[in-house]
Amino acid sequence: MQYINKLREYGIFLAFVLVCLLLAFATPRFFTLGNWTIIITQVSINALLAFGVTFVIISGGIDLSLGSLLAVAGVSAAMMAKADQFPVIVPILVGLFAGLLIGAFNGLVITKSKIAPFIVTLGTMTICRGLALILSKGRPVSGLSDSFNFIGGGTFLGIPIPIIILIVVFALSHILLNNTVLGRYIYAVGGNENAARAAGIQVNKVKMAVYMICGLLAGLAGIVLTSRITTGQPNAGAGFELDAIAAAVIGGTSTSGGTGTIPGTLVGVLLIGVISNGLDLLNVSSYYQQVVMGSIIIGAVVLDSWNQRNKA
Amino acid sequence: MLLQIKNLSKSFFGVKALDEVSFDLKAGEVHTLMGENGAGKSTLMKILIGILQPDAGEIFLDGKEVEIKDVHQMLNLGIAMIHQEIMDIPELTVAENIFLGREKSGKFFLKKQEAERDAQQILNDLGIDLPLKKKAKDLSISQKQMVEIAKAVSMNARIIIMDEPTSSLSETGSEALFSIIKDLKAKSVSIIYISHKMDEILQISDRVTVLRDGKHIATDTASDLDKQTLINRMVGRDLDSVFPEIHGEKGRVVLKITNLSTSGKFENINFSLAEGEILGFAGLMGAGRSELARAIYGLDKFDSGEITFSGEKMKKHSIQSAIKNGIGYLSEDRKKEGIIPQESIYANASLTALSKFSGFGFLQKKEELKKVKEITDELRLKSAGLNQKIMYLSGGNQQKVLLSRVLLTNPTILILDEPTRGIDIGAKMEIYQLIKKLAENGIAIILISSELPELIGLAHRILVMSQGKQQAILNKSEFSSEEIMKHAIHQ
Repeated sequence: MQYINKLREYGIFLAFVLVCLLLAFATPRFFTLGNWTIIITQVSINALLAFGVTFVIISGGIDLSLGSLLAVAGVSAAMMAKADQFPVIVPILVGLFAGLLIGAFNGLVITKSKIAPFIVTLGTMTICRGLALILSKGRPVSGLSDSFNFIGGGTFLGIPIPIIILIVVFALSHILLNNTVLGRYIYAVGGNENAARAAGIQVNKVKMAVYMICGLLAGLAGIVLTSRITTGQPNAGAGFELDAIAAAVIGGTSTSGGTGTIPGTLVGVLLIGVISNGLDLLNVSSYYQQVVMGSIIIGAVVLDSWNQRNKA
Repeated sequence: MLLQIKNLSKSFFGVKALDEVSFDLKAGEVHTLMGENGAGKSTLMKILIGILQPDAGEIFLDGKEVEIKDVHQMLNLGIAMIHQEIMDIPELTVAENIFLGREKSGKFFLKKQEAERDAQQILNDLGIDLPLKKKAKDLSISQKQMVEIAKAVSMNARIIIMDEPTSSLSETGSEALFSIIKDLKAKSVSIIYISHKMDEILQISDRVTVLRDGKHIATDTASDLDKQTLINRMVGRDLDSVFPEIHGEKGRVVLKITNLSTSGKFENINFSLAEGEILGFAGLMGAGRSELARAIYGLDKFDSGEITFSGEKMKKHSIQSAIKNGIGYLSEDRKKEGIIPQESIYANASLTALSKFSGFGFLQKKEELKKVKEITDELRLKSAGLNQKIMYLSGGNQQKVLLSRVLLTNPTILILDEPTRGIDIGAKMEIYQLIKKLAENGIAIILISSELPELIGLAHRILVMSQGKQQAILNKSEFSSEEIMKHAIHQ
């Protein structure tokens, strides 16, 4: 019994390994260092967003504003990064601060109004898209400094910077969830909000924190993306929130709150990345790829609910 | 005889909730069912409406044996229940609610006029005056109840079960209900009436049956009964020797409540609590005991009055300030406000005291596990290890984890709301021993319990509440079930 439970817990990891093996047999190009560097660089944006939204979903909420938030952060960073007018730290801080601020706005409205996070962040999603267009006057912000473009395009010891950022954020997020008081509180609030409150946890503060973390990471994702495409695009990130939520859910984060892990989300992100990369290598049309991806999301959730029911 | 119940038994996890209980009902009779909380009334009713299946025993309707498998079948047999909490659809009209689920219609379209005509007919028959087109959300509680009764009659119910129907009615509302009950009787509809209120029971019942500890105690004609007899029958049991004797001295006063009030919940509560003292809160369900406890802990806000901890008046009251002042609170609702189901035993236990096991926001897991292990060992928690998820534990063991959560904060004042509800007798006795030990170590304890023997056996003083009001504070020499009941049903 214990063994079967373990197997279920690592089910998604096994699925990931299986998919990798299948692809390795199907195409020799799959298991090359070059290809994996491409995969991980490609998924790094989604990973940052997915780590952020994992915090929110574990706490029992949801954040749909990620994609537009990313655009606001990206555009505002880009405006500060034009041709070396400021040191590179300025656009970075501006982008992060934009994300943090919008996250705080989400948290504040959700905790004060008691309106469902789904609705609030749906509103913020539209507001942010508007903000990104207003800030950029609807045009891409280009002519960014080389030092800023290094974030998305540069390498350190041969490793692309986005991959380094991904690894650092992964480690920090995992530690935050597992080894801090706040992390424990996030699980408690998502697991049983009333019980958490009765146990003396300041539930609203915890909720504020998760939306701010999520906003901060989306801001970071905005900076990385802007730097990688060397332009601040007001239309960037549309629909990214759904990929991020999908990765978290595939990785075992339950949308009803209280469960989920950062490593699980990472596997979810990689699974999505590997499948789309593999289908590319196999020359499958991107139309079909969407059908496959959607099916995987539903499959993962069905598996999860089946798990939940068996445990209950 | 319309309904005959013979030797019905039902056990939950080895505890007998009903022990060979018999009950019968004549046509056109009001038969009242009485008993303390946990006496078996609701179990009996749940069997009658098909929610529970009995382990043994028979039910006869019109002399024929029946098996009531679900609520649908109950309705077909002509049984209807008016629940304490009325479940209507707020946006539908009176007429629509009466025919809910049995809408008058042609092939596609509703026949609204026909429904309203028939509804009016039913209301006229019952002598009820209700605006048919009003939406349920705009009705008073009394009117909602009448809709439910009309609904029951419209289904040709021959037996109507009323579960504490007057608990949320005003006096005029109650009088209106009693007059409808009379009309129902005249139409030879029978009523099983569940209530705690002695006066109305004696006024409207034909017969009264008392249950206690899942057993049938007595059935008598109402005119042969008086309040005292009924109280004696409800509580008349020996105090078991399960309660430990509590020694130790009372210390200084650590909690003082002055004129505490919250509109609609409790009013003008005054008491003080000393170190090492156990103060019981007695009262019937809905008397306001839990609400009072929640206000003291800061879980709910209160309207007026003062809370003083160790001589210091609370200015801004919150759960966090209560915890800082040494209050520990155990909720009556373990599922809703206690456990974090998917979390481990240790994460559940350390939750409130978590800051003690951390530095700069980082957890010191070794220290956490060590302390949790100490306290859970002391409470003799049975588990497959501290990593086990709490939802897999039995009720008694879950309660021990939650007690650990409170005790890890080293409280000076403990509020225990129904600490032994729904747990087996062995775990109960362990919790009694723990309460004794804590009191002897100088912890002040507020003990809320619906089981009188528990309060009588453990408390130094008992505060009795009825309908939000503090009726009496009894000293140990004044303790008796009869005395407590007298104050608890005082109106």
